[in-house]
Amino acid sequence: MNAKPIRKPAVIPALKRSRQARDRAPVVPRRPDKLWQLRLYVTGQTLRSQTAFANLKQICETHLKGRYRITVIDLLKHPQLAQGDQILAVPTVVRRLPKPVRIIFGNLSDAGRVLVGLDLRAEVAPNPTS
Amino acid sequence: MTLKNHLSVPATPGPRLPKCPTGIQGLDEITGGGLPLGRPTLVCGGAGCGKTLLAAEFLVRGATQFGEPGVLMAFEETEAELKANVASLGFDLAGLVRRKQIVIDYVHIERSEVQESGEYDLEGLFVRLNYAIDSIRAKRVVLDTLEALFAGLPNEAILRSELRRLFRWLKEKGVTAVITAERGREQLTRHGLEEYVSDCVILLDHRVNDQIATRHLRVVKYRGALHGTNEFPFLIGDNGISVLPITSLGLNHKISSERIATGIPRLDAMLGGRGFFRGSSILLTGTPGTGKTIVSANFAQAACKRGERVLFFSFEESPNQIVRNMHSIGLRLEPLVKRNRLRFHSARPSLYGLEMHLATMFKEIVAFQPHVVIVDPITSLMDAGTDSESKGMVTRLIDYLKAGQVTSLFTSLTQGGHALQQSEMAMSSLMDSWLLLQDFEGNGERNRVLYVLKARGMAHSNQIREFLISDRGIDLVDAYIGPSGVLTGSARVAQGDLEKAAVLASQQEAAQLKREVERKRTALERKISGLRSEYETEALELRRIAEQVGTRTFVLGTERAASGRLRQADAKVAGGARGKSRIGRKNP
Repeated sequence: MNAKPIRKPAVIPALKRSRQARDRAPVVPRRPDKLWQLRLYVTGQTLRSQTAFANLKQICETHLKGRYRITVIDLLKHPQLAQGDQILAVPTVVRRLPKPVRIIFGNLSDAGRVLVGLDLRAEVAPNPTS
Repeated sequence: MTLKNHLSVPATPGPRLPKCPTGIQGLDEITGGGLPLGRPTLVCGGAGCGKTLLAAEFLVRGATQFGEPGVLMAFEETEAELKANVASLGFDLAGLVRRKQIVIDYVHIERSEVQESGEYDLEGLFVRLNYAIDSIRAKRVVLDTLEALFAGLPNEAILRSELRRLFRWLKEKGVTAVITAERGREQLTRHGLEEYVSDCVILLDHRVNDQIATRHLRVVKYRGALHGTNEFPFLIGDNGISVLPITSLGLNHKISSERIATGIPRLDAMLGGRGFFRGSSILLTGTPGTGKTIVSANFAQAACKRGERVLFFSFEESPNQIVRNMHSIGLRLEPLVKRNRLRFHSARPSLYGLEMHLATMFKEIVAFQPHVVIVDPITSLMDAGTDSESKGMVTRLIDYLKAGQVTSLFTSLTQGGHALQQSEMAMSSLMDSWLLLQDFEGNGERNRVLYVLKARGMAHSNQIREFLISDRGIDLVDAYIGPSGVLTGSARVAQGDLEKAAVLASQQEAAQLKREVERKRTALERKISGLRSEYETEALELRRIAEQVGTRTFVLGTERAASGRLRQADAKVAGGARGKSRIGRKNP
């Protein structure tokens, strides 16, 4: 089900951009008026962490170009941060903004699931334009 | 598998496995000192059987009693919920958290809120746990309930391999861990956690027998150590969990040779003249209405008079009722209650399970520190459990009381018929002394009699005594034993009257004889005095006559002389005197 954005459209250029994006691709960034804050929790510079970061970066570049910020948190250096975001699995991506918070486990190799998880694409109904 | 191999190598470096005391009443006794130190222990059980409380108490006692800080990683309840829940057991979890003796980390995972994409591991959990342990140098860790992860994480294969790694990691970390898990249908835990935790497995159980719910604890497995394998009842009370037995398993309590009076002098006399041993256990059996409570109350009063404290557990009557009823036989208990010498504890036997009763009793005993404990009656308490349970319970209670040199008196209600044989044979073997109160029926009446069936370690009477209850208290009298058997009650009185009548008859006969003799003596005396007065009268008469004669002679003489002078005749004194004497002789 394609729910309409609840809040009023605030910034018109961004809206315009999003309309262009919708025309261009089936993936529609919703609430395009906000800056996306993403956190990637990893433990050390493992292969898995690096893969996760690369995958995340790629997805964001594709769908959120210029409107996202990724913070990488190494839990080995900052273990106290794990509790706040209820980190259990590693790597984990947490979408801090826009609300609500979304959580995705894994090295993000399955891009489709990441898009669903980040609420970049509707989960159930396939987009009719695709 | 790796765990098991890992374990078998360093298992026996010393003679004994180092243990980590839990501080939970009774659990350390069963496990011989506590949980395996530095190893994980699995606590499994169904819903509502106290897994979380056991784990929480392990942490709280560790922090407060043994100076070992702990980490509680909760997967089901939030920190606030946990604090509130254990506060009902009197544990100040919030304060311990404030003082940095306990860290609570609530792990929240909700399957619907997460997506997974690609491979991952649970390193985040390790990091959190490690951080929590290091932040307070924790020695104890509780994971409650790890199985929530099975519901929260989509990929079970990853979870299983990570759990295996987690337990190995906990061991390497050297913390003593308690992991709780739900009871499974065919295995110990729903998700087979026992596969990973193989050092110590404790099974909790909550089941209903005859409408009475009882919690049980069993140490299923304790690698490398002896442990009690039985199912032990346990309960959750105001100050945490207590597993029963609390008492020692051996029979090695100190004993006393001091004797204490029973409050009934004749009963003391039957027990070698000095009453029961202090610290002994006494069983008082009897059919309904034979005066068990009265004997108990007497015993209590005697102890209070000696300045001792008495704790009276009543399972049939309320304290006020006992006080009132004892008043009717002249026993005033309320001043003793007021002076805090005597304390009553009344409860309905069906109020809760047997072990709860036992724990309540233990608690009362610890609080009041009595010298004498009375349980009236123990049989109605036994209805609260099965036979073996209740026997075990009485054994524990007696053990506990004996260890503290507390004299215990248990009354036991036996059904009608042959009270003696029907009495709890199993229970009587635990008792040092056994008194039997019995109804004696005959001549259309019932009378109470008392025997001493057994009294270990003292000479005691083999006689039957009649047991009398009056408004002045109780008394024991000898039953009449004659050619027609044992006579009690009015038959005994009648026999006594017969004997009294015979004595009276002979007394009366003697008295009559005495009266007869007395009467004869007075008659004799009367006769003697009569004769004497007759004699005295005659003697008096004689004297009077003699005086009369003298006077007349004199008068005659003077008259003659006067007339002679008139006739001038010569004096014929002699002739006049003669005539006078003639008159005198005629006169009397």
